[in-house]
Amino acid sequence: MSRGRMLAYPAIAWLLFFFLAPLVIVLFMSFLQRGTYGQIIYQFTVDNYIRFFEPLYLQILGDTLFMALLTTIICFLLGYPIAYQIARLQRNWQTLMLLLVMVPFWINFLIRSYAWVIILRSQGMVNTFLLDLGLIEQPLNLLYNFGAVLLGMVYGHLPFMILPIYVSLEQLDRRMIEAAYDLGATPIKTFFYVTLPQTLPGIIAGSILVFVSSLGMFVIPDIMGGAKSALIGNLIQNQFLSARDWPFGSALSIMLAILSLILIFLYYKALQAQQGKEDSR
Amino acid sequence: MKSLRHRLLFAYAMVVLAFLYIPIVVLVLYSFNASRINAQWSGFTLDWYISVFQNRYVLEALYNSLTIGLIAMVVSTILGTMTALALHRYKFRWKGAIHSLVYLPILIPEIVMGLSLLVLFSQLAIPLGKLTVIIAHISFCISFVIIIVLARLEGLGREMEEAAQDLGATPWQTFRYVTFPMISPGVMAGALMAFTLSIDDFVISFFVAGPNSTTLPLYIYGMVKRGVSPEINALSTILILFIFLVTVALVILPERFRNRMGDKKTQRQMPF
Repeated sequence: MSRGRMLAYPAIAWLLFFFLAPLVIVLFMSFLQRGTYGQIIYQFTVDNYIRFFEPLYLQILGDTLFMALLTTIICFLLGYPIAYQIARLQRNWQTLMLLLVMVPFWINFLIRSYAWVIILRSQGMVNTFLLDLGLIEQPLNLLYNFGAVLLGMVYGHLPFMILPIYVSLEQLDRRMIEAAYDLGATPIKTFFYVTLPQTLPGIIAGSILVFVSSLGMFVIPDIMGGAKSALIGNLIQNQFLSARDWPFGSALSIMLAILSLILIFLYYKALQAQQGKEDSR
Repeated sequence: MKSLRHRLLFAYAMVVLAFLYIPIVVLVLYSFNASRINAQWSGFTLDWYISVFQNRYVLEALYNSLTIGLIAMVVSTILGTMTALALHRYKFRWKGAIHSLVYLPILIPEIVMGLSLLVLFSQLAIPLGKLTVIIAHISFCISFVIIIVLARLEGLGREMEEAAQDLGATPWQTFRYVTFPMISPGVMAGALMAFTLSIDDFVISFFVAGPNSTTLPLYIYGMVKRGVSPEINALSTILILFIFLVTVALVILPERFRNRMGDKKTQRQMPF
């Protein structure tokens, strides 16, 4: 019955050709040089990687990591309770609530970021309202700063966190919770020792989705952050589309890819270790 | 005490839901505002809608987005479900490598995937257009479908399938009447995810789209970069309305229909 195995081949071939091969080409390109007019010179160099350690680029990297981490944490804090609430509801209500969470997600995040621009800009809703009430004299700078980008990031990624957590809560073995209660555990203890560990796969999945998506994000900083809050995604996009320095852009992308993969790996290992400790307790 | 905790949880969930919806409501309201610049309400108008409907670029972008989304959804759902079934059932010599290959497109930043495809297409001298966008979309949708369907398969035991085969079902019958009904929520979720990701995608399309393959997100990005204008609100509102209608049509109506035919459904699910 090895014929069934062939079911996997088309997708594997697709991914080899349209995912892995392009990455290998980019890796090659990151060791090439850029000519004066943006053309590629086929000569080996590591300059593109050395350039990355200039303070300007390190600063951008730091800002990007901090932003992604904060976004993930806030999404988790906002998302877990709502996933928990949805999983507690009756079937029909669950469907409705999931839809309510998903519908904004189906609206393009450009539109959703733009909606925040309308609310936060200096002639926007919040400032107009506060000025009319006489609470402020001058419009507040609510947009084009770190906070605005963070808000946009959290808003854009929240359903990414809610859905996987909901799925793991839904698959939760309820007998374990009942057993914990029967053995005299308080609701809080039951949550931290039974529910939370059992939903860890969902939390990991959601966090990975949010974190990685935030790391490479360039549209939200582009729209809500202005030029000051450039993240690494903006820098890369710039190399490919305006600066026409494909080798440097390639080197940046390889670094970004490796960085996010390492972080995901470490994060996953850490959670695994923690889980192992709890199991042996 | 217990009910207080639950009420607090419920209230918290409602606040988060409000956070999700307030910007959307604001966006919709301002699409009817007569003033072009001000946040103050200066009267009701439909002018912005008229100007959107007279814009043929918008209609073209909408058409592009829908066709690309549908093709990407169908191809990636079929390929992804096939792969998930094979990965779940059979041992592969390169299992670790295959799993990495499946997970990598999700783990790697979108922007890296977008530009690497741009580099591939430029090296192969494939002109950027609808085809390149469709190829790119399928490439990132497949992994999501595989993972969602695999998760569903792993949540199920093999007992039901074994029982079906013990009772004399052929492999096809087992798949059609036992496996597929059990994994179909996963397949549906995967397909929905694929369509959503394709329609929503801006970053990857941004790198691989050509002049004749402008999708709605690309068009809207161009508008937003030019500054705040009520036409964007009007176009967004139309899209939001469309999404609501599709949701109602796809999810709520079939469910009602199924509930009414409840008895027949249970009969149909037991072919043996």
